[in-house]
Amino acid sequence: MSAVPGSRRVKTAGLRLAPPRWATGVILGIVGVVFAVPILSMVEFTLRDREQGYSANHWLDLLAPENPAAYAPLWTGLTNSLILAVVTVAIVLVLLTPTMILVQLRFPKLTRAFEFLCLLPISIPAIVLVVGLAPVYLVIGRTFGTGIWPLAFAYGITVLPFAYRAIQANLEAVDLTTLANAARTLGASWPRIVIGVLAPNLRVGLMLASLISIAVVLGEFTIASLLNRQNLQTALLVVSKIDPYVAVIMSLLSLVLVFVLLLIVDRIARRVSALSLGRA
Amino acid sequence: MTVITHDGAAAPAGSDAPRPSRPVRRSPLAVRSLPALGLAPFGVYVLIFLAVPTVLAIGTGFVDGEGAFTWDNIAALGEPVIVQTFINSIHLSLVTAILGALIGALVCWAVLGLRDGSPIRGGIDAASSVLAQFGGVMLAFAFIATIGINGVITTILKDTFGIDIFADGAWIYSFPGLFLPYVYFQVPLMIITFMPALTALRPQWMEANATLGGSIPGFWLRIAAPILAPSFLASLLLLFANSFSSYATAAALASQGAQIVPLQIRAALTSETVLGRENLAGALALGMIVIMAIVMAAYALVQRRAARWQA
Repeated sequence: MSAVPGSRRVKTAGLRLAPPRWATGVILGIVGVVFAVPILSMVEFTLRDREQGYSANHWLDLLAPENPAAYAPLWTGLTNSLILAVVTVAIVLVLLTPTMILVQLRFPKLTRAFEFLCLLPISIPAIVLVVGLAPVYLVIGRTFGTGIWPLAFAYGITVLPFAYRAIQANLEAVDLTTLANAARTLGASWPRIVIGVLAPNLRVGLMLASLISIAVVLGEFTIASLLNRQNLQTALLVVSKIDPYVAVIMSLLSLVLVFVLLLIVDRIARRVSALSLGRA
Repeated sequence: MTVITHDGAAAPAGSDAPRPSRPVRRSPLAVRSLPALGLAPFGVYVLIFLAVPTVLAIGTGFVDGEGAFTWDNIAALGEPVIVQTFINSIHLSLVTAILGALIGALVCWAVLGLRDGSPIRGGIDAASSVLAQFGGVMLAFAFIATIGINGVITTILKDTFGIDIFADGAWIYSFPGLFLPYVYFQVPLMIITFMPALTALRPQWMEANATLGGSIPGFWLRIAAPILAPSFLASLLLLFANSFSSYATAAALASQGAQIVPLQIRAALTSETVLGRENLAGALALGMIVIMAIVMAAYALVQRRAARWQA
């Protein structure tokens, strides 16, 4: 437009990809407020008194000793979810990680296929997987009993893409082959190499994978609900029918927990990317 | 998918095959162990908990109550009730994906105006990753507390403005009620997936455009748009897949009825009386897998194109 011969000197200094300051403010302001409303509504909801006005009664109810029976499903669900989180993390660390190291060291040709396999669960909705998991868990129930922990095998698949990405980013930033060869030359056994030499170099990725896995497991509802297992999320739904206030309070608390978890993940992730940039 | 799983699981069998006759030069570690055997545990695990369930989920659609082969369940996918739930699911996913993508892209653009490393930007990053994970039961509670029968917004509208948003019935607990919560988790996902594309846009390109006499709208239309289009489309497809496969929020909000496919699967799994057919869940699962496969394949194609601009 302004390319008239006279105004040949083009001002490039004022050019910005970003919107004008006021527009940034308006967009972020409006979207921020709209997205804060449901969260603030939850807070308001939990502070409503039984009669009129506001009080912290519903929060105190949670700690009151006289109604543990009503909240029993909640504590069972929370315990179950924590057990599932621990077993799922164990699957990631004990089953997935050594396999990834093995593929990297000995089967580099399988890397692409292995990646495809690990990312596959993204494309298979949990609601579809659960249709096929039902008969599998019928068999598992007969073999291992109806304890909660075998459900973690299904969760291991759910977290697979997230855990894989976290570990792989770290794996690519470390010269695994040299480390393993060096350790081997010094006479270390394979278990010792993996635990004593490789794992410490992968600790950031492993930590990241574990935290993401915990966050995903704590939020899982679909599989547990349709396989008739009790976890935190199914318990929240049950309790919400009895005491919606406590259900909302617990939701808020777990939201805060997940926020903190992901904040830590974010911090660590920055370190991982700094790590890989440093090597590049 | 099974092919690869078989690969992993078949690996130990392959270890009986003749070992490399020439000495392995690349690493002296190789010779003694049977490394392929090490792939077996993970292979078996993925076989049992990913491959078998997927095959079962799809396969049961072809089997009747007695275990005999039948086209009956697949034929049921053509029944008007089922067709309608698929249309509803696609409608819901498409609308919320487009809304989420547009709002999310707008937020990404606004974020460009913030200094790198500013606390607001960090806050938006953290909030996005939390809220994108925030699906499920808790999201349903949040919206019940907001626009439920006794929700905050509902009460304010009724008491202050005399507007009863539920004059036509409690729509929040059925299909129309799903749109707002879905957009709520779509926008953060869009911010996470689209932000890298937008930050990869170089200010230098804008300067080059200006130096060559191009206008600012011309820059956005002729340079930025073609560069961003693949990323935008890829994010849009991901958002579609995200809401199409989402179950928990809908299950917690709509305790009755089955207006979308995941809820129809719930009905088929828990009562087995949908249309008087057993194993209908399998057929529905097959329908979902087919749509997901198409969407994700398109995503992979578009993403490859998009990655070109994000070095």
